[in-house]
Amino acid sequence: MERVSWFKRLKEGITTSTREKKEAPDGVWVKCPSCKKAYRNKEFLENLKICPYCDHHSRLNSEEYFDIIYDESEYKILFADLRSIDFLGFTDSKSYQVRLDEAYEKTGLSDAMAVAEGTVDGHPLVVACMDFEFIGGSMGSVVGEKIARAVDRALEQRSALLIISKSGGARMMESSISLMQLAKTSAKLTQLAREGVPYFSLMTDPTTGGVTASYAMLGDINMAEPGALIGFAGPRVIKETIKKDLPKGFQRSEFLLESGFLDFIVDRRLLRQRLMELLVLFKS
Amino acid sequence: MTYLEFEKPVAELQEQLDKLRLIGEQGKVDVTASVAEMEEKIGELRKNIYENLNAWQRVQLSRHPDRPYTLYYIENLCENFVELHGDRAVGDDKAIVGGFGLMDGQTYLFLGQQKGVNTKMRQYRRFGMANPEGYRKALRLMKLAEKFNKPIVTFIDTPGAFPGIEAEERGQAEAIARNLFEMTLLKVPVICIVLGEGASGGAIGIGLGDRIFMLENTWYSVISPEGCASILWRSADFKEQAAEALQLTAKNNFELGIIDGIIKEPLGGAHVNPKSMVTNLKRAIKKNIKELSAMDPEERIQARIDKYSAMGRFTEVSK
Repeated sequence: MERVSWFKRLKEGITTSTREKKEAPDGVWVKCPSCKKAYRNKEFLENLKICPYCDHHSRLNSEEYFDIIYDESEYKILFADLRSIDFLGFTDSKSYQVRLDEAYEKTGLSDAMAVAEGTVDGHPLVVACMDFEFIGGSMGSVVGEKIARAVDRALEQRSALLIISKSGGARMMESSISLMQLAKTSAKLTQLAREGVPYFSLMTDPTTGGVTASYAMLGDINMAEPGALIGFAGPRVIKETIKKDLPKGFQRSEFLLESGFLDFIVDRRLLRQRLMELLVLFKS
Repeated sequence: MTYLEFEKPVAELQEQLDKLRLIGEQGKVDVTASVAEMEEKIGELRKNIYENLNAWQRVQLSRHPDRPYTLYYIENLCENFVELHGDRAVGDDKAIVGGFGLMDGQTYLFLGQQKGVNTKMRQYRRFGMANPEGYRKALRLMKLAEKFNKPIVTFIDTPGAFPGIEAEERGQAEAIARNLFEMTLLKVPVICIVLGEGASGGAIGIGLGDRIFMLENTWYSVISPEGCASILWRSADFKEQAAEALQLTAKNNFELGIIDGIIKEPLGGAHVNPKSMVTNLKRAIKKNIKELSAMDPEERIQARIDKYSAMGRFTEVSK
């Protein structure tokens, strides 16, 4: 055999027939980012995006939380008309307006927070829930205003308020105005406190920066999903500052519970049940 | 005197002037006219430089190594000042100082972040970056002021709350959040003044009040220009662009409605004439506390909530 024949195709084409190949189209199988085991997507969705092997909680969006929490998954979305504006003309690699437009396009959301009202086992509840997909769940004027209005709504209706946090922190593109949302949301929450209307805070992965340093930590009840990253400074910043590796499990829900900053950790499959209990316990 | 990069032309002329004066002192040539001319030239140059500073140059002035810090102001504002320590739980944070002081016969609570004046002290003060116990000490003192009906003045000068393991363990975020919540409800007048750097949550953690002011050459924003540049531009080298984009100067924040006024600094910065800075500061504090004291406590709290509720820029689309 001549050497060139090594490179010569003796048989034409791929021999495995299409019918014999295993089909693995997107979306049927999911690999857990934590334990790396694979499982069926259908099973994953039915399990509220929790890994059936290791209980890793994958992120949900606001709509999915509303569906889980409210009776018959029925609720009314509030304040959906609020939109962010690029009032500083903030431009880095692209302008804030372009970022916003891309986020609307990509997520179909109106900002990083949605507010809904409905009932949980017959008890009224206003839920404000963040969406991480929208510019990293960053808090700007719209997020702050939605919380302010959710507080007003809870006061009017004498219904409890639940805020589900999931955020990288304040939105840099709104500069000091976004910093003021820490003050605004905290100030609004004093109104609920003074009227004796309960406020529950649920922290999910991740809850960091200005969101943690304002409404997320101010719940009458502070709860978190298992394994969520919760902190003020991001792990990378801390590591760079102290120039040491961070301890295992640092800034995770379990660590915060041990440090005394959470009342309890709640598995997502038990969230609705837990809310029902709390709403009865805190009923005026 | 330490000169910053953009102050170099002034430094050069100043050096020439000093030489000229030396010649004059030696008595061989009459330099009076030349000295006067040179002084005028320096005056014009300084005016020209300092009135046209860009955002990044103001950030540099806010961090000037000779700039006076919180304790300097407190000690010079008060006839008598008693510093109080500790959060009564974990320890005494050195990055936040506070206590009661007598200023023109009236007792105030003064507190603020304190930076160190030399290398050793900078370490000791953790560069003005507080741990949770600093914020909790501040709250303890504010509650004490409320109990004895004394007005509160807070001084902000921090590159941020400290990002450390212990800080997280002891609830940095909770401490800041708690202060925001409790400061909203304080029954006494509260004014907050940015003396140097006003970085993010670490600054606002003692920065919620009835009226907020900034000294002329300071900055206040959600993140430092370097931090912003390294995230959005992927390199801290773009700090000057980030400083412009963030609109973080006193003038910017006044125009955005974040602050209620700008306290003028001596030409060239607070460090050039600290005594005159103290005078300006005292005037602003007394005037504002007097106005706020005329209000009923409940009315003041409501006004505070309304003030912050109104902060935000957004639009509403009709469906």
